Amino acid sequence: MIRFVDVHKSYRVDGRDIPALQPFSLDVADGEVFGIIGLSGAGKSTLIRLINLLERPSGGRIFVGDTEMTALAEPALRAQRRRIGMIFQHFNLLSSQTVADNVAFPLRLAGERDAGALRARVDELLARVGLSAHADKYPSQLSGGQKQRVGIARALANRPTILLCDEATSALDPQTTASVLELLAEINRELKLTIVLITHEMDVVRRVCDRVAVLDAGAIVERGAVADVFLHPQHPTTKRFVNEALPEEAASELAPFARVPGRLLRLSFRGDATLTPALGRVTRETGVEFNLLAGRIDRIKDLPYGQLTLAMQGERVDAALAALREAGIEIEELHR
Amino acid sequence: MNPLQKLFPNIDDWGEIGRACIDTLLMLGGSLALTVLIGLPLGVLLYLTGKGQLRPMPKLYAVTSLLVNILRSVPFIILMIVLMPVTYALVGTKLGIRGAIPPLVIGAAPFFARLVETALREVQQGVIEASQAMGASLWQIVRHVLLPEARSGLLAGITVTAIALVGYTAMGGAIGSGGLGDLAYRYGYLSYKSDYMLVTVLLLIALVQALQMIGDRIVARYKRR
Repeated sequence: MIRFVDVHKSYRVDGRDIPALQPFSLDVADGEVFGIIGLSGAGKSTLIRLINLLERPSGGRIFVGDTEMTALAEPALRAQRRRIGMIFQHFNLLSSQTVADNVAFPLRLAGERDAGALRARVDELLARVGLSAHADKYPSQLSGGQKQRVGIARALANRPTILLCDEATSALDPQTTASVLELLAEINRELKLTIVLITHEMDVVRRVCDRVAVLDAGAIVERGAVADVFLHPQHPTTKRFVNEALPEEAASELAPFARVPGRLLRLSFRGDATLTPALGRVTRETGVEFNLLAGRIDRIKDLPYGQLTLAMQGERVDAALAALREAGIEIEELHR
Repeated sequence: MNPLQKLFPNIDDWGEIGRACIDTLLMLGGSLALTVLIGLPLGVLLYLTGKGQLRPMPKLYAVTSLLVNILRSVPFIILMIVLMPVTYALVGTKLGIRGAIPPLVIGAAPFFARLVETALREVQQGVIEASQAMGASLWQIVRHVLLPEARSGLLAGITVTAIALVGYTAMGGAIGSGGLGDLAYRYGYLSYKSDYMLVTVLLLIALVQALQMIGDRIVARYKRR
């Protein structure tokens, strides 16, 4: 578990303190994928670097497992850092070393000298990220996605319990992003690794994260399970991120429906509710009519979800809504 | 008569030119090795203690930097003369190859140290951060990240320094250090034997060309970006 207790951070510039992160507390549970989303300058790079103390907090305490990171002296801190993998937006590989040597690097730093053991571990790691054929190439000969895979193999070398992802997919095209996220999800499942990732893309959060915190101007303005935050965003910044992830939803803001008759509703289905024909059944039973205005069916990580905006009319709308709620569908009344 | 004698009739002792060549190469080799040995750690120190770097120490940086600048701003021929007592104390003579090496090294090491500092600053900050995240110690970062990543820049710096040293060794001739510069000065300038001057200059040009070519090849070989 990672715990931030009353942590804050400010930078000293020309004798003045510039706040970067407002005081906050935050827990990340073992084995979860925790996303931190924010615009550039919101403080997310600083936040993720607090975990392995690449940035020191100005106040507060940070725990990784039972270890208070903020209380460690340099050598003990270095030992702890070896248990925390990190990958970066620009990969940060050693350009003078081959792929295999890049992956072996953290093992060598940790004192592994046995060539056979190094080779075996490197082969295993490269196989996991699908780069076995590229062991003897140099980073400059690889594509962006391949470089990030090397970064991931390197980060996993010392069998960490935590993986920090610093905008790991921001420099990649959408297809490569998808495959790298897939790999991260796989690692999280199979190695039971806790992953903390920062991003400015809600889509990244939707695809791999279990929980998310939204960072705005150095403050955590919203946090919770991804499905909750995604389906019912509260803070304006969160809404903006969610709308970016759902372009058709953004277009469906209420103005175009001003003259549609009936009550305007947003129905959210998650998990099993997505799989039952509740809407059809209820409208048949209550005789209400609906007009479908916008909608989307997708997955939040492994959870199927649907969100429909519709206008409903008829004498028994309230009964219909009650029946739908009964079936596990969340309903929001939209006011125009 | 062989063609060289036909071309330069006034040169009566080619053996002396050969010996001067060997002297120049010995001075160059010896001083270059010592320059790298001293300049490299000095450059690393400048880099590490610089503002915003891994171990910022403003005072130490300021002092080192000032010392380096002082040594670099004194013209080499003056530096040689000023350093004569130091040279004598170090190697027991002010003359010959031995006498030339201390001022050559003291003149070139600060120059090389600056080139090292510049080359190290070219190393991507992200790579250093990544190795810190992997738990690397300062020494491990210097040894396994900074120096290998800056390798092509460092090799280019060694090439530039070697060429500067060729010029310095030639100047050394004026105060009796031997080598091609000494030959050109004594015969070409003091005795008006311009053939000697011409041959010496041609040999120096060939030497510099060769150094540059070898240096460029090695740099290209190690360039991975």
